[in-house]
Amino acid sequence: MGKTIAEKILSQKSGVDARANDIVIANLDFIMGQDGTSTLAIQAFEDMAGQKAFDASKVAMVIDHSAPSPLEGVSALHARMRGFARNQGINFYDIGEGVCHQLMLEKGHAVPGSLVIGADSHTCTYGAINAFATGVGSTDLAAGIISGQMWFKVPETIKFVINGQLPSGVYSKDLILYLIGDVTSDGATYMAAEYTGEAIRALSIEGRFTISNMAIEMGAKVGLMEADDKTAAWVSKHANQSFEPVQADADAEYAAIKEYDVSDLEPQIARPHTVDNVAPISQVAGTPIQQGFIGTCTNGRLEDLRIAASIVKGRKIHPHTRFIVAPASRQIMLDAMREGILQDLIEAGAAVVTPGCGPCVGTHNGVPSDGENVISTANRNFKGRMGNNKSFIYLGSPATVAASVLTGEITDPRPFIKEK
Amino acid sequence: MELKGKAHKFGDDVNTDYIISGRYKFKTQDMKELARHVMEDLDPEFYDRVQAGDFIVAGKNFGCGSSREQAPLAILNADIGAVLAKSFARIFYRNSINTGLPLLECNTDEINPGDELELDMEKGIIKNITRQVDIPIKPLPPFMLKILSDGGLAEHFRKYGTFNFK
Ligand code: SF4
Repeated sequence: MGKTIAEKILSQKSGVDARANDIVIANLDFIMGQDGTSTLAIQAFEDMAGQKAFDASKVAMVIDHSAPSPLEGVSALHARMRGFARNQGINFYDIGEGVCHQLMLEKGHAVPGSLVIGADSHTCTYGAINAFATGVGSTDLAAGIISGQMWFKVPETIKFVINGQLPSGVYSKDLILYLIGDVTSDGATYMAAEYTGEAIRALSIEGRFTISNMAIEMGAKVGLMEADDKTAAWVSKHANQSFEPVQADADAEYAAIKEYDVSDLEPQIARPHTVDNVAPISQVAGTPIQQGFIGTCTNGRLEDLRIAASIVKGRKIHPHTRFIVAPASRQIMLDAMREGILQDLIEAGAAVVTPGCGPCVGTHNGVPSDGENVISTANRNFKGRMGNNKSFIYLGSPATVAASVLTGEITDPRPFIKEK
Repeated sequence: MELKGKAHKFGDDVNTDYIISGRYKFKTQDMKELARHVMEDLDPEFYDRVQAGDFIVAGKNFGCGSSREQAPLAILNADIGAVLAKSFARIFYRNSINTGLPLLECNTDEINPGDELELDMEKGIIKNITRQVDIPIKPLPPFMLKILSDGGLAEHFRKYGTFNFK
């Protein structure tokens, strides 16, 4: 019997013939922590009597969640991270560098065929370039930093075959929201998701990141894709290590295979307060919004800002609406400046904040007020997510958010899109 | 390992933002302080009602959402004995075992709010004393029991310096 991508990578990294549901101890290629999880990991590292990182060049810490620090308490956490990073000589990215996941990809720390853990649930993003990358907690992170290893239950795989061609004005975000709505928030719990098919292959690497990023929102451990020429070109540009992509065998065994055709897909919206509460935009259009947010590890990349700018350029946001933009990294912000994208966004009324998580996790940079509606490109709309449990978060594509801040209500972006 | 206490019931898809909101997790590293806010967005009086050894009882997909380890730690520090649910989200599951919080999958429809429960992990049985029924639980793999009985992965590493499931 053949193997899935997940079984192959875990076999290679554990040195045993790993099959779904086996438990293996595997060697890690890279380990990442952010400022919401790293201080607990440092604590656990000390509790474990840890001395040195197994390999400092394979560990990174990133300050992105509350960056720059909005509070004294947070400043203390950040200081502890800086001290640990300096002592251990690990890779370290301070405020303004960007969201941890974007950096892991941009800086070439995750490559095809590698095994990566991150103390952040959206570590699954790197599956888009064929890395077995998964979110863990702080104690796992500490054990990984000390030993270079982690225990894994080899996941079963559910395969999503996406046929057809996404219509104009409909994006990878709409596609993944649609899939999550279909399989629900626990539809792939404990499992690996493999995304394939012509609609996936047609996406840019940036567009693919959005899909794998949200694999966790269907409960999956990883969101894997096969590497193709686009992957190889993208990774070679960002990483200076060699890599070997891993393909699924033709006779691999899947827990389920689900096929879709997206040729008629409408823009999709996840309504409050769960990500699987998905509806086509025609059912939600007209809902008033007070704040729009473009950014995050899901949709804060150059391609996303470019689409948004093309919609708001030369227009003004609705007077009752705020518009917040957080580029996912410093590099993206610089590129967006050079292209004039930032200027278009700012002239339309955007408040551009430090590259990083921005208001996504509710600690600063745009906490909504009681009863307010927010439309966001993030990956989660849980009650209280943006810092106020009496506000309501809708999720959509960057185009949908851009169109909505112009009108002050949830708006189908398709009429705003110039024909390709 | 035997535990006894009252059931506090919640629904499906209790996410880690509900268990402990992001607005607290960044404010403090003091887990006793965090524990005061456990489940606050779903039930503001939860912390005040809980007695040491009580159980959180929930539906499917408990602990979905972020990887914050503050979630199981806040539950542990509120003196909850164990969490029973129909299913758990993956990262929360790892984090709970790693920090020493017992999690058990079972049919929680057999439990009403306030029921007295008695849990025997080795035998794999929950006795619902109030309703006089025994509920079978899915046994944990031996290496997880090993981490739990060592008091969590940090203690395990302190003891062995690395993974040791011999
Ligand atoms: S952008 Fe949001 S979802 Fe992504 S890592 Fe930051 S807080 Fe998490």
